[in-house]
Amino acid sequence: MPTSILQVENLVKRYGDVEAVRGVSFNVEEGEVFGLLGPNGAGKTTTVEILEGLRDPDGGRVSVCGLDPQRESAALKHEIGAALQSTSLPDKLRVMEALRLFASFYKRGRKPEELLKRFGLEEKRNTFYSQLSGGQKQRLALAMALVNDPRVLFFDEPTAGLDPQVRREIYDIIEELRRERKTILMTTHYIEEAERLCDRVAIVDQGKVIALGTPRELKAYSGGSTRIEVRLSKPESNGALKNLEGVADAREIDGTYVLHSKRPPQAIVSLVKHLEAEGNELVSLEISSPSLEDVFIEVTGRRLRD
Amino acid sequence: MSYLATLTRTRIQLAMRNKMFFFFSAVFPLGMFFLYAGIFAKGDPQKVSYFLGPVIAFNVMGSFWGLSAALVMFREQGILRRFHVTPVTATDMLASSLLANFVLTLPTISLELFLARFVFHVPSFGNLFSLAVLVTVGTVSFGSLGLVVASVTNTMQETQVLNQLIWLPLIFLSGATFPLAYLPNSIQHFGLFLPATYLVTALQSALYESFPVWKLLVQVLALAFFVSSQLFRWEPEAKIPRNAKLWALATALPFLLLGTWENTNGDILKQAQTAFHSLDRPASSDQPPRNNQ
Repeated sequence: MPTSILQVENLVKRYGDVEAVRGVSFNVEEGEVFGLLGPNGAGKTTTVEILEGLRDPDGGRVSVCGLDPQRESAALKHEIGAALQSTSLPDKLRVMEALRLFASFYKRGRKPEELLKRFGLEEKRNTFYSQLSGGQKQRLALAMALVNDPRVLFFDEPTAGLDPQVRREIYDIIEELRRERKTILMTTHYIEEAERLCDRVAIVDQGKVIALGTPRELKAYSGGSTRIEVRLSKPESNGALKNLEGVADAREIDGTYVLHSKRPPQAIVSLVKHLEAEGNELVSLEISSPSLEDVFIEVTGRRLRD
Repeated sequence: MSYLATLTRTRIQLAMRNKMFFFFSAVFPLGMFFLYAGIFAKGDPQKVSYFLGPVIAFNVMGSFWGLSAALVMFREQGILRRFHVTPVTATDMLASSLLANFVLTLPTISLELFLARFVFHVPSFGNLFSLAVLVTVGTVSFGSLGLVVASVTNTMQETQVLNQLIWLPLIFLSGATFPLAYLPNSIQHFGLFLPATYLVTALQSALYESFPVWKLLVQVLALAFFVSSQLFRWEPEAKIPRNAKLWALATALPFLLLGTWENTNGDILKQAQTAFHSLDRPASSDQPPRNNQ
């Protein structure tokens, strides 16, 4: 079996008394887009920054392109490209200057001119960094991650803080990289992002991987069932809802009842009948197809976005 | 190391686009020059030549502020982190600060020398080679001291405060602003502990003859560069190592030793006094011929 381009084994990282990463393990194969999905503070960024050689782990073993990020960081940095979270460039640096400067750090690379065109920044080539919009800054960040034609790309929350339209632009870029069979490790707390862009996803919570697989596999994990979310005017017991015809599972999360069902019409009919009999009323009802959020709820009993 | 050049060039470009930096590295020193040469020296070539020492010292010492503070800002804004995922090392970042600072100092100093020669008719600059060595080593040393401050402070604000605390004695008690011989006796002795004093006296001597203070500055430079590269932090939230402040104080050690030695055995104060008082004599001997004309 060929060795994976990224290997993480039992990774541990502590900040003082807080254990940010508590035994994370996963492998990423060449040409794969791998997503770490989880809420803020789950330890995703810490994990990625250890792989980039920016932080030292407290335990476990990691390998990137066959290199140890801690001991061989100089060699490693030629092989990786990164778009970091909470970073910036000098205000008075122009777009083209930034690309040229960063290209000069590497032995091999792509032509800045080519990247400018590809990321739609040609018209902005002489614009100061401070005058770019959020989306343009992010496109520049992704372009800069590619200047050395890296073997592995790290995108940490590539669409955080961007509005939906700009977010779709970034999706298009990442999808194109995926078609080119680039190896990408990305973090996100957006479910749709992980579902749409990633070949495999590790769901991370409180420093641990709680589920790992392709989006399809993960959804099957939650029974592949439709989710019915209802709010009621009076509290109801989970047990009663669970026993309704057509309902596979029911649980209460922050005052909302989440039912899972393989036969949604049947479940709704029996729910309404039950409520009428109890003198209870529906305040709202929402139906959604199974998503990775269900997996998260299934395992943690919490929502991904609190 | 080939990218040290591109990094340095970018730092220079960025500094030139910063109005504050331009003011403090070009406008302010030139203002000082005209103040000293035109008003204090009244345009007398002999006196202008004497005051060139402090004026150039001001330029050289200005690198203490220079680009080291920019590094703190880079760290605060998360810019350094972006460089950290590239092959750029801490040494590269520090060296580019010093090199860019040095290059940015040259035009102003050249302009001052040009003006001194052709507007104020200063006949000779003495040992030009010594002058070049002192300016180079001086700029880089004071720049390194700035880097040490940058590495023991967390925020831009802290850096500014600490810089001021060091800067004010450097310029007022060293002979850079007021001639050393003009200051009260006790302050003259205190001045012997300041690197600035040696730079000013050395520059004044270099304008007449050579002076080996650059050897001392090279040591400080090496020490300060080593300390700042050891303490370099890429991340805004990274903590200062506990022993950092001791490390930083180590850079003051050479001057503590030198100051003690100079205070007991040295003749720098005597030299400074002689140079200062000699200003009156040639000026008065110039008087009669002028009257005759």
